Amino acid sequence: MIKVLFFAKLRESLGCGSLEWPVQEPLSLKDLRDQIIARHPEWEPDLCAQNVIAAVNQAVAAPHEVVQPGDEVAFYPPVTGG
Amino acid sequence: MEPLIRVGEADFDVGVEVQRVLAMADTIGGVVNFVGVMRSNNDGRAVEAMHLEHYPGMTEKALAAIAQQASERWSLEAITVIHRVGLFKPGDQIVLVVTAASHRGEAFQACEFIMDFLKTRAPFWKKEITAQGEFWVDARSSDDSAADRWQST
Repeated sequence: MIKVLFFAKLRESLGCGSLEWPVQEPLSLKDLRDQIIARHPEWEPDLCAQNVIAAVNQAVAAPHEVVQPGDEVAFYPPVTGG
Repeated sequence: MEPLIRVGEADFDVGVEVQRVLAMADTIGGVVNFVGVMRSNNDGRAVEAMHLEHYPGMTEKALAAIAQQASERWSLEAITVIHRVGLFKPGDQIVLVVTAASHRGEAFQACEFIMDFLKTRAPFWKKEITAQGEFWVDARSSDDSAADRWQST
């Protein structure tokens, strides 16, 4: 399993804050996102928006980064703290 | 030098936090503090309240990484970063950054550096509550520019 989290505006657009995604083997972050979109095609416009940021195990990650069972992945919009 | 990083709903007292820093080292010659406060308007719109959410766990790591970068770049005696989350009213304190160094220049620069990177890297999101409804705050390109200028200096 990979724990997948969505935050802020993205969470509200998808109507989903988190999900447990079943994976048996390592795969790229991009492939993980493609799998999620295959299951939820209506999420594509929001999840593939150019400004969406991805993090793996709480560190910002590029699409080619490899994720594996047990990892925590997050997708979120540009940050607005401070 | 171990930075103090705190994220939560609790308010902070600037005086208490500055005194805490001063008690850490008698080699400190200057302390700079920045307090970010909630405004009652944004882009011409009256804002009644604001909700601020974050990514628990990653937020603390991101702030610690920014503090670490500042401590590598300047010779600092202390760093404090406190960021609040939850529901805010106009005038409420949101964020505090305290930097201390032997001389003021390093403390001033490090404080601004930490704020510029906090605004563009740390996973916090603001949602404004107005008479017209609730709106997520959009990221500002001026914040990216502010962080980017540290690359070339």
